[in-house]
Amino acid sequence: MVRVIKDRIVVLSATAILGYGFPVESFEEGLSRKPDVLAVDAGSTDPGPYYLGAGVSFTDRRAVKRDLALILKAGCSRKIPVIVGTAGGSGADIHLEWCLEIVREIALEEGLRFKLAVIRAEIKKPLLREKLAAGKIVPLSPGGQLDSESLEAATRVVGQMGIEPFITALQGGAEVIIAGRAYDPAVFAAYPIWQGFDPGLSLHMGKILECASIASLPGSGSDCMLGTLMADRFELEPLNPVRRCTTTSVAAHTLYEKTNPYTLPGPGGVLDLQQTTFEEINERVVRVKGSRFIPARDYSIKIEGARLVGYRTVSIAGARDPVFIAKVREIINGVRERVTDNFQELTGKYKLLFRLYGLNGVMGELEPIKKPQPHELGIIIETVAETQELADTICSFTRSTMLHYGFEGRLATAGNLAFPYSPSDFKAGEVYQFAVHHLVLVDDPQELFPVSWELRGG
Amino acid sequence: MSAVNRPIRELADVIRSKNAGPHELTLDIIFKTREIFQQVIASRAITPQRIAALYSMPPEKVISFVEFAPAKAIKITLVRPWICGDVGDNDIYGAQQHAPLLMLELPLSGE
Repeated sequence: MVRVIKDRIVVLSATAILGYGFPVESFEEGLSRKPDVLAVDAGSTDPGPYYLGAGVSFTDRRAVKRDLALILKAGCSRKIPVIVGTAGGSGADIHLEWCLEIVREIALEEGLRFKLAVIRAEIKKPLLREKLAAGKIVPLSPGGQLDSESLEAATRVVGQMGIEPFITALQGGAEVIIAGRAYDPAVFAAYPIWQGFDPGLSLHMGKILECASIASLPGSGSDCMLGTLMADRFELEPLNPVRRCTTTSVAAHTLYEKTNPYTLPGPGGVLDLQQTTFEEINERVVRVKGSRFIPARDYSIKIEGARLVGYRTVSIAGARDPVFIAKVREIINGVRERVTDNFQELTGKYKLLFRLYGLNGVMGELEPIKKPQPHELGIIIETVAETQELADTICSFTRSTMLHYGFEGRLATAGNLAFPYSPSDFKAGEVYQFAVHHLVLVDDPQELFPVSWELRGG
Repeated sequence: MSAVNRPIRELADVIRSKNAGPHELTLDIIFKTREIFQQVIASRAITPQRIAALYSMPPEKVISFVEFAPAKAIKITLVRPWICGDVGDNDIYGAQQHAPLLMLELPLSGE
């Protein structure tokens, strides 16, 4: 691809996460603005450690294929590069392959022809061991130091790439880039930075575009947003006429999911918003100026990994009996004692939890209302154990014990729990825990992220 | 003009919570107008100590407290009681931990 000098770069963000959907009308409106690049973020760690740990996408295959087919067809027919980051939701090799299979399927079905660059983001254990031994893996506050036991236990580890591997792919003539785990704004910022635009403005625009229309009013994670970058500013416009950007909606989005809105750390440096200004240039468009990128002395990459901690079974029930509700804590203690006593040989091999919706089920110890008085309770009996079979056993036994548990003052002797389902217990499968959430120092921003090439179609 | 306590719901457009990475929970209060934002800042009615007390946490668990003028917002970030998704976590996205903020009343000059 040839690098041409332009006075502006137009970036079209179709949706907040690939598979979350978007109206075709909004997308077509975006295409009519002649975008230079179609970029989309395909993942997040928000859904928790399971998806990275188990190698499964949290987005649905059919929904991802629907979005990706529209984007690829538009990109190929109009010769606009397509960039996808954090493929498959978590961006490890298994997630990337899942997404690539969809890409190949679309190329075949739609007869599309393009030069595809694939950027991997899974980091192999031997390399991480070397980095750890060399003191090049550092904590990310408030998390602690990485120990080798956690590193070995992680099923896979990914790094969040910056803009550099994307630029390598663009320089190589990529028409479609499918990347593993990536820093969300990098997917949108790589093209304009490659074209010589300001990194601070490019990354700040990327930070907003990665959530598509969430930064507009009314906000939506499944609608398109357009970003136009110029030498000293960028402008944001939602592509659905029912939405608009306001200074508050855009500035508010800058706060979203971050610790401190003035300094946003990322690969290779910090996005500094101390001097940023937001201005409404008309009823629907907001102009942003003054955002700066400050390169760090040492280039660091955020790494993520999850480990298997057991298998879960849950039983869902409700309670309406006021005597039971008043004594529920006492009853739970009694049930727990019975379970422990009945399976003494299993002590330490499982965890048993009771979630009480109506009694601090959502906030737990953070709940400021210390003495709620619910008229009904939602109860989840949860067990996490070394094997699925063991989790099933403890959950089943706890459920039957709680159902028929006798307590002082009890009038309703037929049963203590209302089950909405038969069967009442559900296998929830593997349970993972974040084990790696650290920074790794690199000598070269691209050393962890190899680019490979494929020619699709023909 | 004397200050009267007003429910925060009358003063803010957005009150929300969300994970900021798996170790942190971040709270955003976006006020309706610049005037309200400035009065709230000047009154020092929202402090790290008050938020810590509201969430039954020791003050050192408040990682950051930022007044963000461009969004007319106060942003408070707390250490998550559990790492996101650990066994026992009760809100994977951290999106329903804002409710205690809705109980706040803030002193504002009468209009």
